[in-house]
Amino acid sequence: MSANGHGNGNMRLTLDVWRQKNAQDPGRFVRYQVDANEHMSFLEMLDVLNQDLIAKGEEPVAFDNDCREGICGMCGFLINGSPHGPVHGGTVCQLHMRHFKDGDALTLEPWRAKAFPVIKDLVVNRSALDRIIQAGGFISTRTGSAPEANSILVPKPAADRAMEAAACIGCGACVAACPNAAAALFTGAKITHLGSLPQGEPERVERAIGMVQQNTIEGFGHCTLMGECEAVCPAHVPLEVIPQMNKDYFRAMLRKRDPKATAGGA
Amino acid sequence: MIIDAKTAKIPAGPIEHKWTEHKAHMKLVNPANKRKYTVIVVGTGLAGGAAAASLGELGYNVLNFCFQDSPRRAHSIAAQGGINAAKNYQNDGDSVYRLFYDTIKGGDFRAREANVHRLAEVSVNIIDQCAAQGVPFGREYGGTLANRSFGGAQVSRTFYARGQTGQQLLLGAYQALERQVAAGTVKMFARHEMLDVVLIDGRARGVVVRNLETGAIQSFIGDAVVLATGGYGNVFYLSTNAKGSNATAIWRAYKKGAFFANPCYTQIHPTCIPKSGDYQSKLTLMSESLRNDGRVWVPKKKGDTRPPHQIPEDERDYYLERVYPSFGNLAPRDVSSRQAKYRCDEGLGVGPGGLGVYLDFADAIKRLGKKVISERYGNLFEMYERITGEDPYTVPMRIYPAVHYTMGGLWVDYNLMSNVPGLFVGGEANFSDHGANRLGASALMQGLGDGYFVLPLTVGDYIASGGIAKADTNHAAFKDAERAAREKLDRLLSTNGTRTVDSFWKELGTIMWDECGMARNKESLERALTKIPALREEYWRNVKVLGSGAELNPELEKANRVGDFFELAELLCWDALQRNESCGGHFRTEYQTPDGEAQRNDSEYAYVAAWGYKGDEQAPELNKEPLVYENIQLATRSYK
Repeated sequence: MSANGHGNGNMRLTLDVWRQKNAQDPGRFVRYQVDANEHMSFLEMLDVLNQDLIAKGEEPVAFDNDCREGICGMCGFLINGSPHGPVHGGTVCQLHMRHFKDGDALTLEPWRAKAFPVIKDLVVNRSALDRIIQAGGFISTRTGSAPEANSILVPKPAADRAMEAAACIGCGACVAACPNAAAALFTGAKITHLGSLPQGEPERVERAIGMVQQNTIEGFGHCTLMGECEAVCPAHVPLEVIPQMNKDYFRAMLRKRDPKATAGGA
Repeated sequence: MIIDAKTAKIPAGPIEHKWTEHKAHMKLVNPANKRKYTVIVVGTGLAGGAAAASLGELGYNVLNFCFQDSPRRAHSIAAQGGINAAKNYQNDGDSVYRLFYDTIKGGDFRAREANVHRLAEVSVNIIDQCAAQGVPFGREYGGTLANRSFGGAQVSRTFYARGQTGQQLLLGAYQALERQVAAGTVKMFARHEMLDVVLIDGRARGVVVRNLETGAIQSFIGDAVVLATGGYGNVFYLSTNAKGSNATAIWRAYKKGAFFANPCYTQIHPTCIPKSGDYQSKLTLMSESLRNDGRVWVPKKKGDTRPPHQIPEDERDYYLERVYPSFGNLAPRDVSSRQAKYRCDEGLGVGPGGLGVYLDFADAIKRLGKKVISERYGNLFEMYERITGEDPYTVPMRIYPAVHYTMGGLWVDYNLMSNVPGLFVGGEANFSDHGANRLGASALMQGLGDGYFVLPLTVGDYIASGGIAKADTNHAAFKDAERAAREKLDRLLSTNGTRTVDSFWKELGTIMWDECGMARNKESLERALTKIPALREEYWRNVKVLGSGAELNPELEKANRVGDFFELAELLCWDALQRNESCGGHFRTEYQTPDGEAQRNDSEYAYVAAWGYKGDEQAPELNKEPLVYENIQLATRSYK
């Protein structure tokens, strides 16, 4: 039985939520009390808070979300400093309240990174990640020009490795967890996904250079392999994609400096 | 009015040659001129993203809009199980014809033959295209592509990327799209929501959108408009759709004259995680692929409260295997959902409220080992455990049907153009390929088929046919549409009533589920048609939306969408009421066989119901497109 008499999975929480009207507003924490129960998801708990706020005539807390199945990558904020909350390996929409208890005090704030400016409350602008993809995160294939799918064999281990990296949902938790606000796990995931497949080979050099350099342009930090990103990644993208990215990038830069190396092949 | 084959632009000739012949006679735009034409694409899912990328690649100037913060978020991403294609890699007798036949039959003989055949034809190109883009499909050890089977088919033709096929296909389209953004052919407008389509001289010439970040309402003009904005399942409030999935784009297009076809064809998916409380915001699907290895059962005895592992084998009813011996647990979605409902109605349901059935993997784990099951479904099992706190490796999953997909949508001709010239509709937003019930792994196929292989050609044909006058966004039609959109938002903000948007939406959803859900009848539909207008009237009088229109305001976005759901809900019930038969996902309790299967009435209802808007106070007009089957014999759909 908990402190104030709830014992059937109900709980009362104290939330310190970051409220910021727009990019110009300096922002501040505002304290709220909310009643929840253990069957709710974290976002359903925030829905309850918002319904209460609207009833009281206060503006609801803005937070991004869409699929609420952990796959679209739209949701995400820090709970007590941890991206997507204390239970790692999933998004905040898949975090359930049974992991919390009556009387808990939680601090909610948006992703903190220079490359992710706050739009409002817990909502940030992550378009920098789209621009990293634009810088080479694709295989150039004209619609209709593709060869018969089974004409290019892909060994199962390579396909599995590609899939493991391709699982990235683009939520930005890796950036939020990183002390340097680096997007290395995100970038490395795409470089590893496409580089593991024979179809991705022709553009491997340009891809690595383009995507890595776009990170700097966007204002993401440099990776120092702390591993915080892997720990919070809801899609279980492994840290090894980062050394793979570095390897592809260094090799690409060397080839670019020495055109003969490209001609000679490896 | 009767919509004949000529109006529907169905090419003449044998079905296997229709698409080839049609393509061969399309008008073309000179490559150097393409950049002078602007195509507006709304939506960035499989259909919209693939169309925008392909049109950009062809050289058109493409403007692409989505309400999410990035095109990669579109709800196609949540599709789990797979994508069908008639590759016959398994040598199990598959063919284009068989995929065509299965899709027509699965749709309970309510889809247009020519479109479905084309879909089956391009299905093989889709797999080639996606493999070339680097989609990490499941593979055999020899390096070839792997397949799994899916509901409603007796061949193994489904390609997959773990339980995240939709995600991987969407990321393939998204990457192709971003490549075109970098190339400058596509201009991407994320966090922009379409509020209206604008017609000039009877042609679709542009859109009015709201920048969701700043609240600014802007107009964009083009030579053609493509809507690929998904389905309307959220009219039920609780569904497996994303929270933001909405019908506003297609609904406003309907109100500008586009026909809305077969709105009553809604799919209730059998394998979703049951609802757990009133605060529930959405339902989560467990992929149909689980039925490959999971066995569905309920206790034979009413009110059996023993935990599942204590219920002996002979006290369990594996009802799908019993009722449908040849398809068993792989019976199609509508059929499986209905059987689950019957069991729960009989008081045999399990879990809270008796609204659930078991999906049990114990036999499969015994047969194949935990490792194989985890390779096949690991991420789904993890998701289930995350939500319910139960481990499906040791305790059977509890599942219950939920609204998942809408087969109805804007009416389109063979070119995927609506009856409004220049207004094209792709993917779930159109009505075209799935008839009254969609088979598993066919939504991804249709989205990409429309987006990669149909729209880029048919939009070009339309533009090359000429007659599009010069105009700009100062035209009165744009100004009027902007004003109307702004007035609607202002009204929502100034009503200042006492109820939240969610409270109305939930009430609407309850009406829809109770009166027009898995089963409907004349009485329930008439009740719904009394309740919905009353609730809608209260909505516009008593809703409470805070904040302003000049900023990011998610409540206002939602209020605007829910306003349209009220109107769509009414049309959906109208359509269900006029269709005096049962077919696929539309089950009228008055029309059923003695053993509870859907009873079609082909002599009176083998048509597409294409509704035309006649004004807010007027009844909509029913236009009929008779479904002519030249290649398939109409038959009673049996999975026994």
